[in-house]
Amino acid sequence: MNGESGLTIVLLAMFAGAIRVSTPFLFVSLGECLTEKSGRINLGLEGTLVFGAMAAYAISYESGSPWLGVLAAGCGGALFGAFHGYVCKLPKVNDIAIGIAMMLFGTGLAFFLGKPYIQPSAPHLPSLPLGWWSDSQAVRSALQINPLFFVGAVLAVLLWWAFRNTRYGLIVRMTGDSAPAALAMGYSVNWVRFIATTIGGFSAGVGGAFLSLYYPGAWSEGLSSGQGLMAVALVIFARWNPLTCFAAALLFGAAGALGPALQSVGITQGYYFFNAAPYVLTLFIMIASSSPKRSLKGAPAELSITK
Amino acid sequence: MTSETKIGVAPPAAAAGEWMRRIGRSAEAVVIPALAILASGILFSLFLLVLGKSPGEFFELLWRGGFGTSFSWQNTLVRSAPLIFTALCVAVPARLGMVIIGGEGAFVLGGFAAAAVAVPFVDWASPWVVMPLMIIAAVASGAIWIGFVGVLRHYRGVNETISSLLMYYIAVSIMNFFVEGALRDPTNPNKPSTKPIGDANMVGNIPGLDVHWGLIVGIVLAVALWLLMNRTKFGFAARITGGNVRAARAQGLPVGRLIVISCAIAGACAGLAGYFEVAAIQGRANASLAAGYGFTGILVAFLAKQNPLAIIPVSIFLGGIAAAGGLIQRRMGMPDATVQLLQGLMFVLLLVSDTLYGRFSFFGGKGGSR
Repeated sequence: MNGESGLTIVLLAMFAGAIRVSTPFLFVSLGECLTEKSGRINLGLEGTLVFGAMAAYAISYESGSPWLGVLAAGCGGALFGAFHGYVCKLPKVNDIAIGIAMMLFGTGLAFFLGKPYIQPSAPHLPSLPLGWWSDSQAVRSALQINPLFFVGAVLAVLLWWAFRNTRYGLIVRMTGDSAPAALAMGYSVNWVRFIATTIGGFSAGVGGAFLSLYYPGAWSEGLSSGQGLMAVALVIFARWNPLTCFAAALLFGAAGALGPALQSVGITQGYYFFNAAPYVLTLFIMIASSSPKRSLKGAPAELSITK
Repeated sequence: MTSETKIGVAPPAAAAGEWMRRIGRSAEAVVIPALAILASGILFSLFLLVLGKSPGEFFELLWRGGFGTSFSWQNTLVRSAPLIFTALCVAVPARLGMVIIGGEGAFVLGGFAAAAVAVPFVDWASPWVVMPLMIIAAVASGAIWIGFVGVLRHYRGVNETISSLLMYYIAVSIMNFFVEGALRDPTNPNKPSTKPIGDANMVGNIPGLDVHWGLIVGIVLAVALWLLMNRTKFGFAARITGGNVRAARAQGLPVGRLIVISCAIAGACAGLAGYFEVAAIQGRANASLAAGYGFTGILVAFLAKQNPLAIIPVSIFLGGIAAAGGLIQRRMGMPDATVQLLQGLMFVLLLVSDTLYGRFSFFGGKGGSR
């Protein structure tokens, strides 16, 4: 009996955790998906995520409105993305290396500007109490879901639909698959990629806002530990399909929630190994889904990382 | 902006032109990164002005804290020693066209392995036994760690940039697992650490200096790896592979072996850096091993244009900036991330400056491809 209720608690905590932990993954991976579909890779989204988290927390604290913080994080992220998009169009500039540099620069800038905001507590994002029908406290707390999660879910469907059915989706896919074709059709390849990277940066910034304003819910220098980078790997695993990105984000969220969920029922042994679970999972997924011989199915042909 | 040397010029003139172009290209590789550093200095000054701080004071403190006194020079050299190793960890695979950014993982794991091996021997074994064991453990764990990245790259086509960084997080988790669990020193309640490795097993200082032997080892290693990559058959094969994998395969070069061995060498360098951090500075393994030397090493390698010899002065330059960080923090009331921000800015501008290559006619014109 005792063990069974323990299992229920772990499963509920993992369910709730999966939703909570997956939201930043979702936003970053959707942004990266759009960027990569246009034929460019932005490894700097880890820096964008951390900067977004800092910006959201600072603005929310100064203005008292967490939603303004989310907007600020998005705009900050868009600036980072726009810079990446602009610089990569210059000849001889390597998009992967610029991404690494932006990762270090973004975290550096966030730590520098965010120093005064480590102590004070900013207003958080409200959550929707979807567990009103249940008497159980555990179920209620598990169903406290942040609206951003639903925004992300809608965004995933929207992006999936837009890639298939709209003119803009077609332009982005064409630019990613063959720059000469896009050029021949009269579209500016650099302009399309610039826009795609900027919007991708916006999305990653919003993901950062979720980290600092909802879960874990405070700005600190150890806030993100590779989530932005894992999201990039996740896009490869999801084969550049926004709907699969959504599913993969949930899976990663569940893996990330495993450690804390076990801790909530008193299993603290091996906490650090469970902490490593998302990274190990990402690595295994990359090993399983990559191939040395052919390029990956569904990969944008212009993408430097799969060549 | 026109190309001066053309095919069909008389042989002596062509030879002279070739030499001019070579010198021009080398000068280009020095002048353009220097311009990027200058530009980042100017941008950072503007940033300081916006914040209401004095750029003059900042650069004066930077000079004084990094290179101004003999004390600051020693501090600088102590910090540049690990940077040489971690930059080599980036530069060696870069010759094969790989971007490995997880050197920090091999660094942490190497340091931890060295401490973990030493602890059971501390009280009874002679340093002549313990020290080689520590070095072997550090080098082997680093080599396996990054070598595995190479294996994944070659045999599974896994992107090495992403996998190496993921493995950094895994390395830190492994160390934390042991340091907070089985190998934790119970007499040290404040900070989870392994037991100390013992004074007898520590690496001493270079005579006459307050700098440990790691600096000398690092310089020797950099020279050795320069020779390996530029003056041996192995290095030649590695550079062909980096230039064009298909051509290398067509030549019958063992591409997979080259990739894995280069990655293992790289990891061994970073692991050795971790060994010196434990055996010369910390005396035990704990979370302060992950102090970012591996990440700064990436910047060093890119600034040095992946040239092992150039890594030595660039490491001293960035080690000086890091050494001045504490002074700047205290005197100007700036956050500890100041140095990180300046480094990030330099890195971004350095990569942006890549676009300038071949644009100046006085470096040999547009004809010279990099």
